[in-house]
This record gives sequence, C-alpha cells and structure tokens, in this order.
Amino acid sequence: MANRWLGFVTLLVFTFLLGPLVIMLVSSFGEAGVLQFPPENWSLKWYANIFQGSMFMTAFQTSILVSFAGNMLALLVGLPAAYAMSRFQFKGKAFLQTLFISPVLIPGIVLGFALLRYIIVTFQIPVYTALFIGHTIIMLPFIVRVISSNLDNFDFSIEEAAVSLGASRVGAFFRIVLPNIKSGIIAGVLIAFLESFNNVDISVFMTGPGVSTLPIQMLTYVENYFDPTIAALSVLLMALTAVLMFVIERLVGISYFTKK
Amino acid sequence: MKQYGKYLFLLPGLLVLTLFMIIPIAGTILSTFFDAGSFTLAGYMQYLQDPYFLNILWVTLRTSLLTTLICILLAFPAAYYISKCRPRMKMILLLLSIFPLLTSPVVRSFSWMVILGKGGIIDNTMALFGSDTSISILYTPTAILIGLVHLFLPLSIITLVGVMENIGDDVVEAAKSLGASASTTFWHILLPLSVPGLMTGSILVFVGSFTAYTTPALLGGRESVISTFLYQNAVTLNDWQLASVVATIMIVLSFVVIGIMNWLAGKVAVRGGNIRG
Repeated sequence: MANRWLGFVTLLVFTFLLGPLVIMLVSSFGEAGVLQFPPENWSLKWYANIFQGSMFMTAFQTSILVSFAGNMLALLVGLPAAYAMSRFQFKGKAFLQTLFISPVLIPGIVLGFALLRYIIVTFQIPVYTALFIGHTIIMLPFIVRVISSNLDNFDFSIEEAAVSLGASRVGAFFRIVLPNIKSGIIAGVLIAFLESFNNVDISVFMTGPGVSTLPIQMLTYVENYFDPTIAALSVLLMALTAVLMFVIERLVGISYFTKK
Repeated sequence: MKQYGKYLFLLPGLLVLTLFMIIPIAGTILSTFFDAGSFTLAGYMQYLQDPYFLNILWVTLRTSLLTTLICILLAFPAAYYISKCRPRMKMILLLLSIFPLLTSPVVRSFSWMVILGKGGIIDNTMALFGSDTSISILYTPTAILIGLVHLFLPLSIITLVGVMENIGDDVVEAAKSLGASASTTFWHILLPLSVPGLMTGSILVFVGSFTAYTTPALLGGRESVISTFLYQNAVTLNDWQLASVVATIMIVLSFVVIGIMNWLAGKVAVRGGNIRG
C-alpha cells in the first residue's frame, strides 16, 4: 500500500523532470514559426535551420575548441596534483584538496565577473584566451575529483614494485599508474567537458566580436526569436548528452554520481 | 629536499588557481572596502539601505528557500522508492535522474518556456476554459521557482538515494517487527538516518538556486534575482563598484549558508550516530 503511494509520487516526479524535455522534442518537429504543442504540421526545417548561416556553427566551434583546450590544460595541471594528493602525505593536504575543488564552491556568476574585471580588463588578456582560462578553472575540480577517486582505489605498492625491479620513477608512472587509471581520466575529461560545454555563468561575461559559446548564442537567440530552432538544437544537445552519459557510466559506473 | 618534491606536483595547478581564481576573487572582494585608497564601508551602507536591492535579495532568498523545501518534499519519497527498487529498475531510474543533471541548463529552462509561454500548453489549456490568456506565468517569480526545482530536483534525488542505500532493510524491518507503525518508522528511523544526505543535498540546492543565473535570466524576464542583478550592473550598466559589492555579498552568504548547514548536519549526525548504535 505504502509502496503504491511511493510509486505514484515517483511517477509524478519523473513526469515533471522529463515531461518538458519530451514536449520540447515533439515541438521541435512542428512546421509553424512558433512553438506549438502538439504541432499542426510536421517538418524538419528547424533542424536544417541550425546549419544554415554561421551563427550556431561558429559558436559550436568556439565551444568545442575552448572546452577541448581548457580540458587539456586542466588535465595537465590536475593530473599531477591528483596523483600527489592520493600518493603522498604532507602538510596542508586537506586545505589543498579543498582549494582544488573550490572553483565549484564559488558562485559561477561571481567568478565570471571577477575574471572579466581582472583577466580581461586589468591583465589585458584577449577575450578568446580569457574564455579558455575561465573554462580551465571550472573544469579543474572535476578532473581532480574523478581522477583522485580513481587513484584512491589504486594500490601504489604495484608502482613501488616496478621501481624496485628497475623501472624509473617516470617510467613506472606512465607504464604502471597511468594505464590503471585510464578509465578515470577519460571519465574525468568527459564530465569536465559537459560542465564546460554547458557553462553559461563564466562565458556570459566573455563574449566579444565573433566570440560566443553555443549556450550564450542560444540565450541571445531566445531573446529575439521564439521559433523552434532552439528546440531542435536542444534535441541535438540532449542526444549528445545521452551518448556521453552512457560512456561515463561504462567507464566509472553509475556510483560516481551517487557517491558525492 | 624530498619533502618539497611532493609540492612540485601541485605547483602548476596552484599557479593556475592563484593567478586566475584567487587573485581575481580577492581583488574583487578587497575593492569593495576601499575608495580612493582609504578604507570604507560606504558601498555596503548604501546598498544595504536601498529598498530596490533589498527586495531583490529577499526575492532571491525566498525563491531559493522554497526551491530547497519543494526539492526535499519531492525527492524524499522518490529517492526512497528508487533505493528500494530491484537493481535493473534502480539503474534505469538513476540514469533518468542523471540525464537532466547533465543536460544544459539553457535547454532545460527553455523547455519550460515552451510550456509556460504564449501558445504553450498552460496557455492553451487556460484558453480552453475561457480563462484570460493575457496572464502568463512566464517571466514571474513562479516561473523561476518552477525552473529551479526542475534544475535541482535530480541532484536532491541522487544525493538522497546515495544515503538511503546505506540504510539497511533490516533496520526498517526491525522497527516494524517491534511494533512501530509506518509513520513511527518514518519519523524515528528513516528520517533521522537520512539527515546527512538531506543536508548535503539541501546545501547544494540552496546555494545553487541562490546563485543560479541561466534559469532566472530565461524564465524571469525583467524580474531580477541577485545573479542577474550582478550581471546587469557589471555588463549593461558598467557599475563595477556595485557589481563587486553584490559579488561579495553572494560569496559571503553562500559560505555562511554552507557553514550553518554543515554545523547543523554535525549536530544531527551525532544523534543519528546514536540510533545507528
């Protein structure tokens, strides 16, 4: 009896969560110039509209480029940090662990404003580079967290064994440690990518002539038009998200999300 | 020497964080206390007496609090149901909760514009009943509230499922076999044991809604919350002094809330610990 009631509430909750996305999916196939549900006539023209004109394609390229480059830099500085924090004991470790996670604790809109004020205006760094720096900062915590949790399960005595058998320290890291945390690294990179690719709070301060990420371009479009183009684009983004979610699940399991 | 070698691994990351996070944030905060080189609190005095700003602060706090409460109320039963499902069903329901979490906030807020806006389902249904369609929920605080609950509900569910999975069936069964009613089991067993997860989830939801930008920007229209107010002042009005004051208030309030909730969670966890034995 209690279970039936709980099941009903759960059904309502998921209807609330997924219903709007389904409605948007259906509306994106409408023919009319305004969003309708259910649409009177069907068409794929709004999907074609995304690819006509350079507006969304340029923004998409910027997003991909910034997320990718930022990801690589975050990985380059995050991987050694995660390694040291799992492998060694040292003074101030708890503080440093918090520091590396802190970009997610600071309100995004505050960080975005601070970066605009200091990186772009005071340091005179070009908007595109600033965008790349900002995205590196917000991706760092995800990279460090996912790789750390993977390293915490790694038995470092294997690394020691390799060294005592004659492997160099660097060789042991690349040939023993790295292959063992490969899935964690890929998952970290993908989770960070989603975080950066969807980011609005930082990017909204870092738009300039010809520089805009996809979410910001979508926000600008919605301010002016209310046709189903954004719905169509949203459907494509949801498909991308679903694919990445399954890949992440395969790599580190669903428990990554529930154990936070 | 060897001791310092360990810190070498952290150096590149620390450099990036110092240059591009600590300095900009510290600079923003410090700038609010100085005017032409001398210490002052005038910025705060001015804005904390401004009824327009206070109203924005109040609307934002109220909306965040309501979002947190609604999320708890909806997530609790759903999370309990999910945690008691068979593995396969549990997996499906968890993936269905994670999917919205990973989906762009722009996409998720936009989906509510489709529903709440002109010609949307709500609008059309109202028209069907002959209601005045010129009144739309879109661009009101209610729209922001709906959008924020939609944004943060998955997070509440997922954190709660994580905790509830650790509450053994035996504990609940033991309570029942000792004669506890369903409501007694809920109030005295299930709820206290879920408090840590409830707290963690609530901190994330409250601070998240307090600082959210995309959802209020899309669904709120001209209705300002603190984050859109910060953006307007920084970018549209170019009033950096005010924007910095607002930024500092946001940081301080976020950390105060995190502090209070952690302190509360610590207190309650001690009680929970006793129950756990």
